[in-house]
Amino acid sequence: MTGAASVTWFARHEARLAWRDWRVLLSGGRRRRNVTLALGFGCFVAFLHALAYGGLARSTALLTGPPDKRMLVYVTGTLVLYFSLMLSQAMEAVTRAFYARGDLELILTSPVPAWRVFAVRLAAMAVTITLMSLALAAPVIDIAAWFGGLAYLQGYGVVAAMAMLSVAIAAMLTIWLFRLIGPRRTRVAAQIVAAVIGASFVIGLQFAAIGSYGSLSRTAFLQSDAVMSRAPGPGNPLYLAARAAVGDGVALAILLVVCAAALAAAIVAYAPRFGEFALAAGGASVAPGRRARRSAAFRTASPARALRRKEWVLLLRDPWLMSQSLMQLLYLLPPIFLLYRSFYETGRASTLLTPVLVMAAGQLAGGLAWLAISGEDAPELIASAPVTAARVLRAKVEAVFGAIGIVFAPFLAVLAITDPGTALATLLGIALSAGSATLIQFWFRGQAKRAYFRRRQTSSRIATIAEALSSITWAGVGALAAAGTLLAVIPAVIAVLILAGTWAISPTHGTG
Amino acid sequence: MPEPASSAALDIRDLAKSFERPAVDGLQLRVAAGEYYTLLGPNGAGKTTTLRMVAGLLKPDRGSIAVFGVDALADPVAAKRVMAWLSDEPMIYDKLTPLEYLQFVGGLWSVPSELAAVRAGDLIGWLGLGPYADTRCEGLSKGTRQKVALAGALLHEPRLIILDEPFTGLDAAAARLVKDVLRQRVAAGCSVVMTTHILEVAERMADRIGVMAGGRLVAEGTLDELRRRAGPGNTSLEDAFLALTADGAKPAGALAA
Repeated sequence: MTGAASVTWFARHEARLAWRDWRVLLSGGRRRRNVTLALGFGCFVAFLHALAYGGLARSTALLTGPPDKRMLVYVTGTLVLYFSLMLSQAMEAVTRAFYARGDLELILTSPVPAWRVFAVRLAAMAVTITLMSLALAAPVIDIAAWFGGLAYLQGYGVVAAMAMLSVAIAAMLTIWLFRLIGPRRTRVAAQIVAAVIGASFVIGLQFAAIGSYGSLSRTAFLQSDAVMSRAPGPGNPLYLAARAAVGDGVALAILLVVCAAALAAAIVAYAPRFGEFALAAGGASVAPGRRARRSAAFRTASPARALRRKEWVLLLRDPWLMSQSLMQLLYLLPPIFLLYRSFYETGRASTLLTPVLVMAAGQLAGGLAWLAISGEDAPELIASAPVTAARVLRAKVEAVFGAIGIVFAPFLAVLAITDPGTALATLLGIALSAGSATLIQFWFRGQAKRAYFRRRQTSSRIATIAEALSSITWAGVGALAAAGTLLAVIPAVIAVLILAGTWAISPTHGTG
Repeated sequence: MPEPASSAALDIRDLAKSFERPAVDGLQLRVAAGEYYTLLGPNGAGKTTTLRMVAGLLKPDRGSIAVFGVDALADPVAAKRVMAWLSDEPMIYDKLTPLEYLQFVGGLWSVPSELAAVRAGDLIGWLGLGPYADTRCEGLSKGTRQKVALAGALLHEPRLIILDEPFTGLDAAAARLVKDVLRQRVAAGCSVVMTTHILEVAERMADRIGVMAGGRLVAEGTLDELRRRAGPGNTSLEDAFLALTADGAKPAGALAA
């Protein structure tokens, strides 16, 4: 029997909340039966396994043979990539534990020692991150075991160990930030650090691969002779995780012990001070706000102008939202670098930049359109104002397009000088891609606080997928139009069909 | 003889709204120009739903709403031009300062810039917001945020102010300030419709009180009229309120005068 407010009791409480969160994630927030959920989940798992099978079928010889240095280097590189993503997730989770008020005030005002909550939450984070990482890793592990033997199932243990280590490091980093820059700045800083950690290894590896081999492939880079000649020998402890992942039981045991000890040390070191940190974080959230520059004199503004201005000011004053929006563009840097490097001498680089810019415009517009249309913090004020909904919407869309214009105008200006035809095709592609993403966000509009920006992708996966597909398709249109071929009509028709299909299944269409 | 509809600040007829059950059920309500009207009722009586429909935040299932003779359902923009809405949880932008918020509200209601600047200055002064005028709203206390929202509601000098529990979370000094501002507005000819659970506020401020229960108006009148309707022994508004809402399903006309 577990006593009230014991560590076990808290663990059960957290598990129940986590399970309900997962249900919402799986069901997209809609009421669905368990059978429907299980069927959907089963199909998803089968699809991922089929993908993994396709990817590993060509490497069966590698999987069945003894692990050599080449394999250990490749697996280590892949694990470091995974770990950077896990660490990013862990940083987010630890920051939330300090700052999300939720039930924290109830718990902190109860006669229960705060360390128990944090201890359970740190452990729960490790479990959650393990499960989330396994969503991608499990199919690869299972198929590797299918081809190479059951020893590969040790990959599950490696993922769990890495999750424990990521949480321990994230707790340490967050608390270090807390002490260094104070609770007020830590919230934004930790989220930006998390995003940068998540992106940096992927992007860095791609830059290295492009710089050395003119390819986006991480595999080509990790298996290159240059890397092999510099990598330590197979007996080096750096390969501990890789050896564990390919079936070395002793390596797995050591890895699990070390990572569990790191998590336990983090819990012992930081949990007793959780209450103090949480109170400081809470104090930061109610501390006086930043003083702004003395406001400019009142200017006569139409409702549309007032709305546009408000959207831009809110975006500029929220570094976290800005970083989240621009982070989407960061992932486009490697392909831009690749295209530039590959085609600079042929003089066709400008044409090949078109799809990248068009795709970026679609992605950025999707995020900004969500903020403007769905992420309204004062919906009642807007709804009670003497402005028609259509006019409000038009002003918000103008705000989105204004921001897109500011971001992409310099690229278009340079293209206009070097290659006016390509500039025109790019402009058209950017307008269509951004317009489509905005339309999709309009069809799937909801009402949420701007702070829930990150959740927009889970609240409507259909909108997210449709947004990505339309951006990719318009990028194809832009590329073909820039090349001066009429074949551009084909992806254009596909893009229109994607939009039509998206509209047909959107809630807007459903409600008439 | 009844007043013509156009002279009423608010004229609600046969208003109904259902969610999973009827929230407002055939409501008739009339507020005169220059009147301070308070809606009372137990939780779930339909007060907030009613006011949200008047403010244009909810669409009624049936019925009509006229604001100073303007059909608020047919021409909501014209009705909103003379109206202001303030809820108990005011939503303001954390990243704007109170002054910027007022500038934004001025833009939404198309208040000429010079006039908006003067009114914003006055409101900031009256409501004691001077020290926070250039501080982002994210760190302001609930009471101060409520004052910022109230300043926003008053900036375009509405003829009808609709308030849903405006005193929730305000300290005594802030509550007194808000009451004074509202009384001044009413003295200047503005109409106020307000919901509250604080009976003392209704008792001291309202010209007329409406009591809602089960989505209907079960009683209406001045404090003395309500006491009389509630019957002998019900001397305070609290007694009258409890007596009147105990029989919530009956509409106003069904109660003995």
